[in-house]
Amino acid sequence: MILINFIELPVFYYFPGIFKTTMRIAPFLVSAIITGVLIFVLDKKWGSIPPMGKFLSPQFGVWQNAEPADQDFNAEIKLDGLKGKAEVFIDHRLVPHVFAGDDGDACFVQGWLHAKFRLWQMEFQTHAAAGRVSEIIGERAINYDRAKRRLGMLYAAENLLKEVEANPLTKSAVDNYTAGVNAYISTLKESQLPIEYKLLAYKPEPWTNLKTALFIKQMTETLAGSVDDLPLSNARSFFSDEELKVLFPQIPDSLSPIVPGGTVFPTPSIVPVKPATADSVYLEKKDTVHYADLYRPNADNGSNNWAVAGRKTHSGAPILCNDPHLELSLPSIWYEMQMSTPTMNAYGVSFPGIPGIVIGFNDSIAFGFTNSQRDVRDYYEIRFKDDSKKQYWFDSAWKDSRIKIDTIKVRGKAPIYDTIAYTVFGPVMYDKSFPADTNSLKEKNLAVRWAAHDASNELLMWYYLDRAKNYEDYYHAIQHFTCPAQNMIFASAKGDIAIWQQGRLPALWERQGIYIMPGFDSSYMWQGFIPRDENPHAINPERGFVSSANQRPADSAYPYFIPGTYDLYRGYTINKKLSEMQGVTVEDMMNLQRENFNAPASMLRPLLIKYIEESRLGEDEKKMLELVTNWNLINDFNEKGATVYQTWFDSLEAFIWNDEFANVPGILPSERTLVEALLRDSAFKYVDNISTPQKETIADAVTVALQRAVPELVKMEKENKLEWGKFKNTTIYHLMRNAVMPFARTGLPIGGGKHIVNATQHSHGPSWRMIVHMTDKIEAYAVYPGGQSGNPGSRYYDSFVDHWAAGKYYNLWFMHNGDKADAGVKWKMTFE
Amino acid sequence: MKFFTATVLTALLSFVAGIYVPFWWFFAVVSFLVAVLVHQKGAKAFFSGFLGLFILWGVLAFWIDVKNEGILSSKIAGLLPLGGSSFLLIIVTGIAGGLVAGFAATSGSYLRTSKLKSS
Repeated sequence: MILINFIELPVFYYFPGIFKTTMRIAPFLVSAIITGVLIFVLDKKWGSIPPMGKFLSPQFGVWQNAEPADQDFNAEIKLDGLKGKAEVFIDHRLVPHVFAGDDGDACFVQGWLHAKFRLWQMEFQTHAAAGRVSEIIGERAINYDRAKRRLGMLYAAENLLKEVEANPLTKSAVDNYTAGVNAYISTLKESQLPIEYKLLAYKPEPWTNLKTALFIKQMTETLAGSVDDLPLSNARSFFSDEELKVLFPQIPDSLSPIVPGGTVFPTPSIVPVKPATADSVYLEKKDTVHYADLYRPNADNGSNNWAVAGRKTHSGAPILCNDPHLELSLPSIWYEMQMSTPTMNAYGVSFPGIPGIVIGFNDSIAFGFTNSQRDVRDYYEIRFKDDSKKQYWFDSAWKDSRIKIDTIKVRGKAPIYDTIAYTVFGPVMYDKSFPADTNSLKEKNLAVRWAAHDASNELLMWYYLDRAKNYEDYYHAIQHFTCPAQNMIFASAKGDIAIWQQGRLPALWERQGIYIMPGFDSSYMWQGFIPRDENPHAINPERGFVSSANQRPADSAYPYFIPGTYDLYRGYTINKKLSEMQGVTVEDMMNLQRENFNAPASMLRPLLIKYIEESRLGEDEKKMLELVTNWNLINDFNEKGATVYQTWFDSLEAFIWNDEFANVPGILPSERTLVEALLRDSAFKYVDNISTPQKETIADAVTVALQRAVPELVKMEKENKLEWGKFKNTTIYHLMRNAVMPFARTGLPIGGGKHIVNATQHSHGPSWRMIVHMTDKIEAYAVYPGGQSGNPGSRYYDSFVDHWAAGKYYNLWFMHNGDKADAGVKWKMTFE
Repeated sequence: MKFFTATVLTALLSFVAGIYVPFWWFFAVVSFLVAVLVHQKGAKAFFSGFLGLFILWGVLAFWIDVKNEGILSSKIAGLLPLGGSSFLLIIVTGIAGGLVAGFAATSGSYLRTSKLKSS
């Protein structure tokens, strides 16, 4: 190969010797350069394409993650950091049963196992919690990271960690857990890194106790981060507070509360005082600023739980059930395991990222959680003295703020610095440099008062709960859990059932916290917290069961103001079914968790059919109407009527609200509010479309809504996608979502939906289904839509998904010391 | 015979390098050295290097894929524009290694040639 380099030509003319040399070594140079360039190109990350040479190398890249189907998980691990010996018995589902002679060692081994099977997820989720995603994926994550910093996630985690490390029990747990994770990481060769590290081209960093705290705060945000304060403050400019009380009512008609109706509540210890200025500067404040809540967690993050007392069950032993509803993901947020030490023997699901068993049971009791949906996050308007944010107006004087400068590292670019002012309320999340309203020119500084910032030690609850033997132990354990408030359900082999809505909840005056509050003095601050014994609860109630499904915890008799975005229909259905049951069996409980009955549809459909004006309908429209009319009100996979109903309802909702709410983006009255309003009064004033001169009636709304929905429905039918399950297309995404669709599971054959006990939506639903029968030898049945391994190359990555979609359960193997030689043990790891 | 020797040596030594040397691209150095020591003309050297790694990487990938029952390869082949074909992924893997090794071997061949010419 000969290259003529025009710059070199004159050189060659004057120095013919050089020409000869160059000609001689040119082929070498050229091929060497090509080789070098190839290696360079294949060794570097280009945009979102990983270094392809390394990636494809069978000895270094993703081929190394292609786990043999007959992988041998036996291991003898010799390490420093353990006090004694620990054995891990792994069954055929890759569920580890950890037997350790010491609590600390059990946490160490748990850390090791979490790291071995789920390292990337643990690290990525805690990076997200800390607002460090830009470090990994670059500048497109900057706003996400800023929002996390400004919410005070790190601040909250640091406060939690202080308490955790101040208590010797939890300090030992996290220290050992962290040591276990890091012991595993230190064995990792680059070729053995999880696939996601190779795809994103980065390496894991050591685990710290702080990351465990961050994980807890991330779950807290997931469950207690969704509030309507900002969009409702918008709405306040277009509606009066009285109108908003009707549009966003506190107590729905069909409420079947957590605490059985008719319960008498004690006189409240705290009676908060509404400030004198509230009516003018708060309830009726008109402020045309479009607040937008960035990265708001899914308001459907809720769950079901219930426990049936022995006198209602066939066996005479209580049965406890829980199915937490979260965004479904691969790997799952849950990792199934058992931990046995001299002080405890607990089985259930754990969170990769924290020590302990989070939802599960031991030899004496079972426990589970649903989200309370209580509002523990309020916003206060702040007035800064100037752009430096160093002082703000509070109680008639300029008060110093605490300035924190956050560094956000950005991959491939210079770091950015974000200045955040901390006030007496909390961090000023939204200000001039990070506006809540990107449309307005108005500056609004909003500080966030979030209960998650307050010091507490949530880990202590799990420490005690995992070891609890009776109701008293449970009662003493749960007090340590302050945020997010949860409906904590309990059943004991002794025969007790109970539920407590536990958390540190602010005592509020009527309407406090619904909107952004003035932060210029102390009068709007939280005036105290509800004493824990005054939180809603039920212990061995008359009706023979306790339950919760994110509904309002109590009826109007409860003396405290308790705002929140509550659900309604799942609780209604569950309580109705449980009331009717007698001689309850485990199979009955499975049927209830799988129940696809659509309660709101059962209530609203008669109205739709009554008011539809068939004379105005074309042939396609009449056919669709027939599908709804003949539908059995059950959202099974194959029901076309369910799809037509839901699409019709969505269209009706848009017809009724879009006109009045045109200027109020980001919020609409809830579906249950609409259903109940129409059932109460079909001449509901919002039925009218205010953008048209004529006055629409309910018949117009219902008919036009169907007509608008039909074209899309016809199209779906042609594409053979009208069946509810096909329309819903239940999908479990990998945590990297659309970037890695081959890692997802799509089109899952499962019914259910929103407002339905089987709350499976498109990608949100029962992330764990558990049923515990408190017989002498405890029987437990459970399943989650995922697999024990986080490695997409492993057969254990999604091994439970089909079972879950089919509504099946696994019989959990609750091992005891005598079972160690059982044939159920497929592999064994020893640690010493 | 030289062709066979060079090819097999490239494959074997690259495999060993992949076990002991923590750089994925080190097989390029191996290919280069083999081409210097078992000298062939430019084009032949290229094909020895290419074939050596195409076979090594291809066989390794294939072997791993069989034991993995194709679970991962179809997913990766879905991420890359290969239509989910495990077979294509294995081919692409082989080509990637082969190309780098081929040019490295060519460099080795020409280094030797250029040194020969000068003397």
